[in-house]
Amino acid sequence: MQTDRSTDGGGMIEATGLSCSYGGVAAVVDVSFRVEQGELLALVGDSGCGKTTTLKMINRLVEPDAGCVLVDGRDTATLEPHALRRSIGYVFQGTGLFPHLTVAENVAVPLRLLGWARERVAERVAEVLSLVELDASQAERRPAALSGGQQQRVGVARALAASPRVMLLDEPFGALDPLTRDRLQQSFHALRHRLGLTAVFVTHDVAEAVVLADRVGVMRAGRLVQIDTPDAIARRPADADVERLIDTPRRQARLVAARLEPGEPAGGTP
Amino acid sequence: MSEVLAQLPALLAAHVRLSLGALATGVLLAVPLGVAVSRVRALEAPVLGLAGVIQTVPALALLAGMVPLLSALGLPGIGPLPALLALVLYSLLPILRNTVAGLHGVDPAVIEAARGLGMTPSQRLRQVELPLALSVIVAGVRTATVWTVGMATLSTPVGAPSLGNFIFAGLQTRNTSLIVVGCAAAAGLALALDGLVRLAAHALASRRRGLLLGTGAAAVMLAAWAFGSLVVAASPAGSARRPVVVGAKTFTEQYVLSEVLAAVVRERTGREARTLGSLGSTVAFDALRRDEIDLYVDYTGTLWATVMGRRGSGGGREQVTRAVSRFLRDEAGITLVAPLGFENAYCFAVRRETAESLKLRTLSDLASRAAGLSLASDYEFFSREEWRAVERTYGLAFRERRTMDPSLLYQAIAARQVDAITAYSSDGRIDALGLAVLEDDRHAIPPYDAVVLASPRLAREAPDVVAAVASLGGAIDAARMRALNRLVDEQRSTPRAVAAEFLGELRAR
Repeated sequence: MQTDRSTDGGGMIEATGLSCSYGGVAAVVDVSFRVEQGELLALVGDSGCGKTTTLKMINRLVEPDAGCVLVDGRDTATLEPHALRRSIGYVFQGTGLFPHLTVAENVAVPLRLLGWARERVAERVAEVLSLVELDASQAERRPAALSGGQQQRVGVARALAASPRVMLLDEPFGALDPLTRDRLQQSFHALRHRLGLTAVFVTHDVAEAVVLADRVGVMRAGRLVQIDTPDAIARRPADADVERLIDTPRRQARLVAARLEPGEPAGGTP
Repeated sequence: MSEVLAQLPALLAAHVRLSLGALATGVLLAVPLGVAVSRVRALEAPVLGLAGVIQTVPALALLAGMVPLLSALGLPGIGPLPALLALVLYSLLPILRNTVAGLHGVDPAVIEAARGLGMTPSQRLRQVELPLALSVIVAGVRTATVWTVGMATLSTPVGAPSLGNFIFAGLQTRNTSLIVVGCAAAAGLALALDGLVRLAAHALASRRRGLLLGTGAAAVMLAAWAFGSLVVAASPAGSARRPVVVGAKTFTEQYVLSEVLAAVVRERTGREARTLGSLGSTVAFDALRRDEIDLYVDYTGTLWATVMGRRGSGGGREQVTRAVSRFLRDEAGITLVAPLGFENAYCFAVRRETAESLKLRTLSDLASRAAGLSLASDYEFFSREEWRAVERTYGLAFRERRTMDPSLLYQAIAARQVDAITAYSSDGRIDALGLAVLEDDRHAIPPYDAVVLASPRLAREAPDVVAAVASLGGAIDAARMRALNRLVDEQRSTPRAVAAEFLGELRAR
């Protein structure tokens, strides 16, 4: 069990001793970490390792059985859950867009929940749609009329609408084709640096974590087994499993290179 | 036909009032109940189960069951209230079931998104769950709409006017055009309301404000017309001098006599009078006892056997009339105003050639041959005291007993589908079809003098009305009643026209 030791000043998100179980089965066991202002933490691991549950305990979509979370120095347990969630952007697995609302209305939901005036909402919606590079002509369409990539941009725009200081992303690009995924990753990467977002990002794709994250948390069976910069994890993996996991993209890259390298025998194993 | 069409707006308005009122109440009850049930899963099975049980009660039984239930609670047991309550109960299930199904059908990922964005439970319900469940809920409302409009036609026997008045009157007087008018108007109304609901839902889902306003305005106008005509109808009479209400049971003679009574009241007292047709047999008596109707014609033998629970023939017409009169006055405060002068007795009739070939003249003759014959009667006879008396006295045991609508009995015997029927002695069709009536040689059946009954309130507050109808005492003999019935059953006159003609003759006498 490794705890996060980057302790310079108050983090934007501080999770301490988080545990949660569903019907007697432990999903998350004693997880602690902190995310600094402007930092992106990626949680990686197999399906069912507890990374999504950990993410949801930050905005209390899942209530922890034990432990606590501070966001911007405030204990989330003391806040109204809906008020807490309005202050945190959330990008859902598979988009979570409302099918009965238009793109513009979907993006406007967080603003309307905060009680913004109609004109200000319209202005801000146009602003964030251009921020995620969505054409204004799409604003009045329903989500079902958009491509998967466009839908995910709308999801990101909605999460950004209320200018939250913290964003949570649950496998946001998981269901996209590789080209769209690559484009969206790049545009999100640029965006979050431009906006100085603090974010926790859940993915099962190690390459995505390495490309996007400042630090990576590796989870296994509900526990956080290692948390550090991608580079540090690659150099000093906590155990053989972490080593295999963090090496996956490179291993795949080598395989791809070997298949595509002229002169090499096809199908050769390294 | 023009007389029929003249009634159409008022009956259509009454039908719209019943169905719209029931539907609106049903939606207001069932949607919140559906939301509650979808939140508390433990409620789902019992609530949906109960609504389902209500649905399995036959519509007519549910309506009729409301009458004693409301009376026991001290509420008006006949009229629109029992009909409205029954219709509301009936409309609950489809709306409730579809609300629950619609809410359960909302994608859990979308619900989690609503939570994750910081919606409170009520915001989630209003902004996400209900809009997404709308199409399923609307499907339930549309089912309820069609059911309610259809079932409202059955509210006639509990005294709530509706398009069912056409259908019941048409069935009883074998007037096909009345049935067609009633059915077509009800079908048209069902389609129109269903269309309104569909348009409103479409406008809501596609958020076309103009269309929504348009359908809303159409619904409001329809309601304003239906309920507005109620206000207009109610205001001139006022509460002090409400119209005299003349009840009628569900057969031709009753329609004719109720029109005769109403016309006499109007003519001789200058008061408003209206008829309330197609009441169930005991509904009419209970309604009179409770002052919900003022006058109707009943038969001494029926009161003797059914209300007083007496057996046997009672010793003769005068004796039975006197006994019934005393009983009604003492036990129910009802006044027996006057016997009209004819009997409408239950009698056993066979085709003439059956009578000749089997040598049947009396019920005793019939009893000896009954094992090879089939008998048809109306809905109530086999459960009445008179049937038990006849069965006991003559030892009647038929090969087959069938129950059918009284208006079909004559058709059935004419078409040789049955050998014997229980006929009504004043029915014009006995002569028309050449049926032979068998004599009650051992006096098992009481006399059935037609008598005018007045409610306790009428006798107390309107002696002029009582005096006016008393002038009809002895004015109609059996031959005349048969002739009047035949004018409706065979000549296709309306009861009202026949009544007017009869009163014209009466004045000329």
